[in-house]
Amino acid sequence: MNDEDRLLPWHEQSTAGLIPEAGNARKYETGGWRTYLPIRDGEKCVQCLRCYFVCPDSSVLMSDEGKVLVEFDLRYCKGCGICASECPPKAQAIKMLYEADLEKGGE
Amino acid sequence: MGERTILTGNDAAALAFMHVNPDVAAVFPITPQTELMHQFTQYVADGEVDTELIPVESEHSAMSAALASALSGARTITASSSAGLALMWEMLYVTASSRAPVVMVDVNRALSAPINIHCDHSDSMGARDAGWIQIFSENTQESYDNAIQAFRIAEHSDVQLPVMVTLDGFILSHTMEVLEILDRETVQKFVGEYNITTKLLDFDNPVTMGPLALTPHYFECKRQQIEAMENARKVILDIGKEYGRISGRSYGYFEEYKLDDAEVGVMVLGSTAGTAKVAVDLARDKGIKAGLLKLRVFRPFPGNEIVEAIKHLKALAVMDRSASFGLTGGPVFNEVRSASYGAGIDTLISSVIYGLGGRDTYPEQIADLLDKVRADADAGKVRDVQRFVGLRE
Ligand code: SF4
Ligand code: SF4
Repeated sequence: MNDEDRLLPWHEQSTAGLIPEAGNARKYETGGWRTYLPIRDGEKCVQCLRCYFVCPDSSVLMSDEGKVLVEFDLRYCKGCGICASECPPKAQAIKMLYEADLEKGGE
Repeated sequence: MGERTILTGNDAAALAFMHVNPDVAAVFPITPQTELMHQFTQYVADGEVDTELIPVESEHSAMSAALASALSGARTITASSSAGLALMWEMLYVTASSRAPVVMVDVNRALSAPINIHCDHSDSMGARDAGWIQIFSENTQESYDNAIQAFRIAEHSDVQLPVMVTLDGFILSHTMEVLEILDRETVQKFVGEYNITTKLLDFDNPVTMGPLALTPHYFECKRQQIEAMENARKVILDIGKEYGRISGRSYGYFEEYKLDDAEVGVMVLGSTAGTAKVAVDLARDKGIKAGLLKLRVFRPFPGNEIVEAIKHLKALAVMDRSASFGLTGGPVFNEVRSASYGAGIDTLISSVIYGLGGRDTYPEQIADLLDKVRADADAGKVRDVQRFVGLRE
């Protein structure tokens, strides 16, 4: 179920938590869970799109033509680091950085 | 109305299922339930039913399959006993909470250890808070009748909860008794089409079932379950009456035997109720004005109605075929005593544990018990709140 939904009294809430609408996981923004932030080095990236396929949160965004990788969707990226780990060893284009440090202005 | 025949409790329940012709059966053997599904699979093999049979690898899987099947839009049955029911534990809760109207027969058997294959009610009593409706049977007739009514109760739109019909292992499951059965068409008409509100396989109305519901939503789901159980009260009575019209046998929450003018009574569920009727007669021969309340529906618990039926008694012994360790008295006793609290009745209520692991209980033992209950009444107090019948002491 979705935290964003209106909180209804028990007799108005859907039975057994059933979700009658499709695709409403979109409303559940998991970006707030993130501790580490993926940073992609555009120079090193070979556009193999591995990260795109392995990201469990569909947070790797492609260009409008659907060809090249452009950025991470930070509303959903929860910083799991799977993209960085699956990025080919020769490229190593993604680094996971401790986000709190970045916010403080450091690395 | 019906045809008289002779069957074991297991075969009577299997015949009820055959007459209902469910869409799916999830099957896994365990003594003493095995013969029930064995007989049902024979019906499948002989083409007597259209049921899709799912032979699973464990009871956990049986209940998982049954849950998913019922929610997908198929009328679904399963059956188990003892350790099998225990292995289903997680899925018993999921099935009830997902509001899947599965119908299951639990052939009551003791839980290990020591390992024992005979009857007591500790298996289904342990599951009493899992959210299932629980209906106990006294004999093969009731095994058959309850198994049929279970579908209508479970699938009712105000309820939509799973129903567990129980029958005593071996004492009923393996004993031949005369019973009256209905014809298939009558049963088919009685149960009607399986028509739950939301089906997973309704492709025009796709939904997500069984999602995560954390702190903002879970509590409300539980409140809905409480309400469904409350709604079941009326539905059980309505269906019990309606069944009476097709069979000549109406059912309520419980049966009273010579209770009206009784001064002392026993309360029991399952096959021992038959023994207790003989015991009541024996006690009456000895001048004790005894009566019996045979509980049929344990969940939802008909507390108010029980209080109404026992309030004129001076003393009552509630017989439990299971123990609740660390608590005085068994589960039925505690429910009855709790229901009578604050109800303004003076009936002295005591607990009796009997028949664990299939230990036989004889009419004379219950008649002796009634003597003790009368002595409680004479003394004006419960002299022994916890008694054991049939135990070597
Ligand atoms: S860190 Fe995890 S969630 Fe974020 S983009 Fe990489 S794979 Fe996706
Ligand atoms: S896996 Fe690495 S190299 Fe491949 S597209 Fe992603 S960031 Fe670029």
